[in-house]
Amino acid sequence: MDNLAIPPAAMRRSSLSGQEGGPTCRPIAGGGRFSLRLPPASRQPAALALGLDLEANINRAAVSGGRAALRLGPDEWLLLLPEAEAPAAALAGALPGGLYALTEISHRQTAIVLEGGAAADRLNAGCPLDLDLAAFPVGMATRTLFFKAEIVLWRQSETCFHLEVWRSFAPYVWELLGVIGREYAS
Amino acid sequence: MTQAFRRAKGGRIDRSRTLSFSFDGKSYAGHPGDTLASALLANGVHLVGRSFKYHRPRGILTAGSEEPNALVGVGRDDAHYTPNLRAPQVELYDGLVSESQNRSPSLTRDYAAINDVFWRFIPSGFYYKTFMWPKKAWTKFFEPRIREMAGLGRSPKTPDAARYAQRFAHCDVLVVGAGPAGIAAALSAAKTGARVILCDEQAEPGGALLAEPDAMIDGVSAAQWLQGALAQLAAHKNVRVLPRTIAFGYFPHNLIGLAQSLTDHEGERDDAKPRGRLWQVRAGEVIIAAGAIERPLVFPDNDRPGIMLAEAARIYLERYGVLPGQRALIFTAHDGAYRTALALHRAGCEIAGIVDLRPKADGPWVEAARQAGLEVHAAATVTATRGRLRLTGATIAPIKGGSAIEVACDTLLMSGGFTPSVHLFSQSRGKLVFDATLDAFLPGAPAEACRVVGSAAGLASLQEALESGAEAGGGGTRHQAANAPVAQGGFIGVVPYHGDPGAVRAFLDYQNDVTAKDVMLALREGMQSVEHVKRFTTNGMASDQGKLSNMNALAIMSAVLHKPVPAIGTTTFRMPYTPVPFGYFAGYARGELFEPARRTAIDGWAAAQGAVFEDVGLWKRARYFPRGAEDMHKAVARECAAVRQGVGIFDASTLGKIEVVGPDAAEFLNRMYINAWTKLAPGKLRYGILLREDGFIIDDGVIGRISDTRFHVTTTTGGAARVLGMMEDYLQTEFPELNVWLTSTTEQYAVIAVQGPKARAVVAPLVEGADLSAEALPHMSMVECRVAGVPARLFRVSFTGELGFEINVPADYGQAVWEALMACGQPHGITPYGTETMHVLRAEKGYIIVGQETDGTVTPDDVGYGGMIGKAKPDFVGKRALARKAFAAQTNRKQLVGLLTDDPALLLDEGAQIVADPTQPKPMTMLGHITSSYWSETLGRSIALALLRDGRARTGERLHVPQHDGTARVTVVSPVFYDPEGARLNG
Amino acid sequence: MLLIPCPYCGPRPEIEFAYGGEAHVVRAADPRQVDDAGWTEFLYFRNNPRGDHAERWRHAFGCGRFFNVKRNTYTDQIEASYRIGETRP
Repeated sequence: MDNLAIPPAAMRRSSLSGQEGGPTCRPIAGGGRFSLRLPPASRQPAALALGLDLEANINRAAVSGGRAALRLGPDEWLLLLPEAEAPAAALAGALPGGLYALTEISHRQTAIVLEGGAAADRLNAGCPLDLDLAAFPVGMATRTLFFKAEIVLWRQSETCFHLEVWRSFAPYVWELLGVIGREYAS
Repeated sequence: MTQAFRRAKGGRIDRSRTLSFSFDGKSYAGHPGDTLASALLANGVHLVGRSFKYHRPRGILTAGSEEPNALVGVGRDDAHYTPNLRAPQVELYDGLVSESQNRSPSLTRDYAAINDVFWRFIPSGFYYKTFMWPKKAWTKFFEPRIREMAGLGRSPKTPDAARYAQRFAHCDVLVVGAGPAGIAAALSAAKTGARVILCDEQAEPGGALLAEPDAMIDGVSAAQWLQGALAQLAAHKNVRVLPRTIAFGYFPHNLIGLAQSLTDHEGERDDAKPRGRLWQVRAGEVIIAAGAIERPLVFPDNDRPGIMLAEAARIYLERYGVLPGQRALIFTAHDGAYRTALALHRAGCEIAGIVDLRPKADGPWVEAARQAGLEVHAAATVTATRGRLRLTGATIAPIKGGSAIEVACDTLLMSGGFTPSVHLFSQSRGKLVFDATLDAFLPGAPAEACRVVGSAAGLASLQEALESGAEAGGGGTRHQAANAPVAQGGFIGVVPYHGDPGAVRAFLDYQNDVTAKDVMLALREGMQSVEHVKRFTTNGMASDQGKLSNMNALAIMSAVLHKPVPAIGTTTFRMPYTPVPFGYFAGYARGELFEPARRTAIDGWAAAQGAVFEDVGLWKRARYFPRGAEDMHKAVARECAAVRQGVGIFDASTLGKIEVVGPDAAEFLNRMYINAWTKLAPGKLRYGILLREDGFIIDDGVIGRISDTRFHVTTTTGGAARVLGMMEDYLQTEFPELNVWLTSTTEQYAVIAVQGPKARAVVAPLVEGADLSAEALPHMSMVECRVAGVPARLFRVSFTGELGFEINVPADYGQAVWEALMACGQPHGITPYGTETMHVLRAEKGYIIVGQETDGTVTPDDVGYGGMIGKAKPDFVGKRALARKAFAAQTNRKQLVGLLTDDPALLLDEGAQIVADPTQPKPMTMLGHITSSYWSETLGRSIALALLRDGRARTGERLHVPQHDGTARVTVVSPVFYDPEGARLNG
Repeated sequence: MLLIPCPYCGPRPEIEFAYGGEAHVVRAADPRQVDDAGWTEFLYFRNNPRGDHAERWRHAFGCGRFFNVKRNTYTDQIEASYRIGETRP
């Protein structure tokens, strides 16, 4: 049986399905996500197999094409991949000793993009980190909090942030971003 | 009404526009730039409140946030009402509606003013001594009445219409206070390129410079310099100036809480815009430029309306163009009051004389007053004041004794000198050092990266303020100020008085109505510590935290106890510096956004079907699905019957899920769970129990082995995060040698349970790639396959006792798969059921729920699961604790049993105690308690689970359960009420 | 709110962390070799000093790592943070 075929897109409903958003805040549907855990010795073979840089510092994203590896901890990467990509076989081939863990979490979370000159200020309504460009440069990605929700925050440009939010927390984050967005719109 | 006390010119108000406002129902006029206090004074209104305890008429005392008397309620209606606002801080706007507090029926006729007549009988401590008996009268009679009479404003009853914003911010330098020192500090810091936040509690930055007509700074007038400095700051990209913002709290590691008022001054404020914003600022360095607060003098009847601080009167004159009265008596120990006298004199206010406590009145200020023809009474004091609703006169007497003079005056302006505002510095745990020349506590060694500048550091001159600020800012900026001579002097304590001190009241703490006599009484009663005196008298315990009173109280203690002030010490300064409305702290967290409402992928479907939801942690779970007019009891009975006789469908998505992956995955689970995992074959499931290190059950769940190196662990709904945290703890700190990694997959999967004799018939048609037959997929096994076209982990598992499947599918497909199952189940009468039915069905089978049958003191053996313990395992979390002799020696531990009531219709109360003899005198010997109690539709009677001492040996015993409505007779039975052989698991 | 120096991520606000109790309380490699008194001590007894204290924190809403912090419980000042397995400074 082909367990890799993707079911029809119409069947997939994220917890933000139906939300359209606007130019400064919008949900991103779909996508593939994996949690990758590697001891140091497995890093190089895994990087070769995935075609992604896994040597970047902690809390930095490595991007290649439409794929990204966000290093969230010393041995933890969040892989953001096109929905059709299944990295399991490549990794299994590269790491025959099995010293790694790959777990699919495509549906565990969903993404929101926040853009515009006030993006950092809006995030700082509920995110306790210093989002000044010097303290949180482009390419930084880390797990943190937005009010009472855990998020992964990735700065893609000076004024554009990508948020990864657990499925059931996404409506809460979305609503708050809406309330705060109206504050900065007026 | 005309503003009779408003001067034709001068001040920073805009006379071209007139604002109308009301106070206690009466209309008045003011101007933009006014505060409620300045506008009331312009209209000749001094009487603004009644005191807390004696209900004495009180007037506006200060021009700042330290105001203890002029506390008002403001707001056009209850939803916009804020009590206890300090009138000098309320910016005037057109249509402002305000009222006085603590009076009935009106400010001028207040019934409770009777307290003032009987004041001798209600000194400090009166409450503690008087309302002691009869005991019940305290809660039923005395306390409600005292509460009604005491207290200040009234709480609004309507939900607050306002919204509140919040913000985290970071900066290199946070400057608190935008007076000359603070502005100099901000300018200097900005020059270094630092990120600077400058906050000030007032609407207009400038502090003392806003009432500074004489000074020149850097060659221009103070007002011009201020304008230029603010423009410079505004031009800096890295500088943020926050007006109307109080720094209310100093927290560890330089985190400062700021409360910024955003729309309170806008009148008919737009509820869509936030009313205020709470800032949490992490600062590299904090520069405190909070200024100093003038002290009142403590003399008899120093609280009548018309008595005011001298510097406050000067501010009302210079900043608002308002005269405090027609004829003012000055009473001082500080040169600053001379400055006020001269300014008022020039502005046309008659000066009834200057009474100076100091033995020798001399120096440039005294000379200037004499030259202006003002009468100076040196070494003199005020011994009495007159006037009920407004001051009419005062008595002046030489300190040494001698003939007194009566003077007529409608205003008395006093000054005991200035107390540096060290509140924030003290909150930061910085040490305070007493300066005997200034009679003041000054900032000493800091505990955080923080500096204090300007008059908050005891620096009185404008030049010193600018210099200290510029230096602290680190930018090497310099300023040159030219100003009138520095005002000097000061006095702390009670002013000398020759009469009977017990016969007069000299107020120390205006807000809490504490007099000098009260402090002396406290000392006579044996209180010695400043903290005891504070609590006995309530001095400094009002919302102003003793800003005006603390130094005077300390001086009284010092004099009576013959100890220097520093030996007495100060009370602790606490946040908030000034009161902050609760809404600021709530911020966005109200209503739907109070906390995340976690919903499953199937939640929308359930809501559309009319499901009734219940909260389980942050999750919303469908509790039951009523049809028509069904109540919960009827719906649950129907749902239970459907599962037992046909097929039910249940959303189990909230179950915690953890993917345990790596070569050592089985070994890791061996060490965590009581069960043995090594021999569990891929494709098999096992029910696991997790203990804490102390041997008690903390979680349970079914664990599936996906492959040699991958397990699918489930946890309870509420335990998901806790269990993952505990596993990470052991993995990272105790077993770092294991090659295994953990990932939460709770939200990756929607979990759909299909349960009942017809479950296979419903699921099978939708499955590709797996054989669901009993032989291919027996109970407690799993297979990866497709369900309704979606990749799934299909578990053959049951929490109902019936044939059952739990289908794990990627969550975004959850609703589609659920709908496919519903469609496929329609011919079989598939019935959605909720958590209530789930609970009943599992209780009929005696399956425990962690947190219901267990409470953190229950071992596996207690619930009959001792046999699951992997005996051959050398170690697992909790094993060593269970092996302790203390455990082994216990023979009568509570064990899980079933209970059946004699009356099958009677439902026991969960939590009720079990006793052997209901006639035993209290306290009875309690044998155990009810953990679960339900109506079982299947059995046609009530059932209960209980933890009972030595319970398994008591099977068949008849016991009693005392409840609210009589004692129930019960029989102890097995906890498995239904299908004890488990035959139904196979359909 | 403390600013806690995570050895992996640098200084982060306290709300990202979970407290983990006293550090350097070692679980015996073979608990069977520990007598009842020793195990009771391990389970229930902790130091509660006024002053220097080595304690565990987990950067729960960050890198997820446990680590140790040397904090003065009276002043709240943090002297050092170090990884699990590293010796107390």
